[in-house]
Amino acid sequence: MNTLRPARLAFSDLARTSAAGLRSRKLRAALSALGIMIGIAAVVGVLGLSQSSKSDLLEQLDRLGTNLLTVQAGTGIGAGSGELPDSATAMIGRINPVEASAAVRDVDANVYKSDLIPSTQSGGISVKAADTDLLETLGGDLADGRFLDEAASNYPTAVLGAVAAERLGIASLDAAPLVWLGDQWFAVVGILEPLALASDIDRSALVGQQAAADYLGSEEAPSKIFVRTDPAFVDDVLAVLGATASPENPEEVEVARPTDALEAREAADDTLTLLFLGLGGVALLVGGVGIANVMVISVLERRAEIGLRRALGATRRQIGTQFLTEPYC
Amino acid sequence: MTSPTAAAKVLELSDVRKVYPGATPVHALRGIELDVVRGELMAVVGPSGSGKSTLLHIMGTLDRPTSGEVTVDGHVASRLTDRQLSALRAGQIGFVFQSFHLLNGETALENVADGLLYTGVASTLRNNLANEALDRVGLSHRKHHLASKLSGGEMQRVAVARAIVGRPAIVLADEPTGNLDTATSDDIVRLLEELNGEGITMIVITHNRDMAELFPRRIMMRDGTIERDLGRSA
Repeated sequence: MNTLRPARLAFSDLARTSAAGLRSRKLRAALSALGIMIGIAAVVGVLGLSQSSKSDLLEQLDRLGTNLLTVQAGTGIGAGSGELPDSATAMIGRINPVEASAAVRDVDANVYKSDLIPSTQSGGISVKAADTDLLETLGGDLADGRFLDEAASNYPTAVLGAVAAERLGIASLDAAPLVWLGDQWFAVVGILEPLALASDIDRSALVGQQAAADYLGSEEAPSKIFVRTDPAFVDDVLAVLGATASPENPEEVEVARPTDALEAREAADDTLTLLFLGLGGVALLVGGVGIANVMVISVLERRAEIGLRRALGATRRQIGTQFLTEPYC
Repeated sequence: MTSPTAAAKVLELSDVRKVYPGATPVHALRGIELDVVRGELMAVVGPSGSGKSTLLHIMGTLDRPTSGEVTVDGHVASRLTDRQLSALRAGQIGFVFQSFHLLNGETALENVADGLLYTGVASTLRNNLANEALDRVGLSHRKHHLASKLSGGEMQRVAVARAIVGRPAIVLADEPTGNLDTATSDDIVRLLEELNGEGITMIVITHNRDMAELFPRRIMMRDGTIERDLGRSA
């Protein structure tokens, strides 16, 4: 008597029987494949989008530098006089890791395109007296002309922020434009590119400190000091900045890092990404359960075929292998 | 296979019982004793619920009896594993079903060749044997037609060809003419007779007494027992 042993199914036969199952159900096979593809594409898309927006932000942060700090007089309830001492800039400059610092002072004046503009139409542009190293501290660029230097600071010259220049209708210095500032003509010597971390400067006309005193009679205390520090010591500088700027009333000083806002935005983006990813995951899960459901139905409606193959002598394992191989055909 | 008598027997059932459990257990077979000799042509006939189909499933080793012994071509089924039973079906048993059970996406030739798919025969030889089997059942002209495009009679001929392609020890046919008109039924019965004439053991299950009369041996079943065994050859 010969021993009974089931024959091994040749690979080509297995492939043929599996492919036959798919061939006879083309639409179902196509829809299942499409469902899986869309699901995976959605998840990859969500991940990719958030990754690229994150790398955009990191690049922006790198470009702007996370080591720019601002010091300004507190404006909240009980924040005192709202002024920084005159000595604040010099004191901050003495903190060792501080690489550059520059103060701006509010000037009580308005700027107009000409002396014929009604005084009420100030365009929301403020006038500020700036230190000569403000641009370097901010890491900003000039769209045209030059920034205030030692010489220009003594004369009625102004540098316009990007928004201010646009509102005054001055796009270039080719025509040697003048502006009507504090009831006298000031020559525009420079126009700034937009500053991502100091949007208040964008909306200002900057004049030299000496000019502000001489021509506009303004000798205000610094309203805001920009500080650029060694990137390795940002937190240390942040900790001592208030007391250094105003030893008498350190609690009246507001110290901030403008890039924190960007990071907060990124944190919000991250949360949104997680939400999308969660939704995508749920969609993929629902899709997966749907496909599993279709598979179960497919097995149920193919009971006759399974019975036939068992009658023809297929082992349970051969039937199982056929069904498991189908998706790969 | 110890004695010449046993060798002649291709199928033996001894005190085979089958109970389907449930709130009220169904006794489908109640102690069946049956011997089938090689080369017999036999009809199992009986009304619905008499246990014919259960008997066919047990004879074909698709189902195991609750008790009793089934011996197919010298192999005692109860001593075989599920894998060994699969091998036994692949080599020794051919099936013909009432609803044909062809794979519609395949041609007649492929369907017949599938009868050898699980026997380990190489694919070229499978095709050659399938060709011969189709010639034998008179479907030479329809070999490359899809199964779904064939008529009922042609489908059943393909199914018969698939059952005999491996020259099994027994062919079990479950109501092979149940879905066919009278003329086609007669053709199929004639084909089965011819194949039996060539030495194939045939067991045909039917509820049609007129058709059963055409067979030399007839087993009459009622309520899970053999009521009469007519025309027994040995």
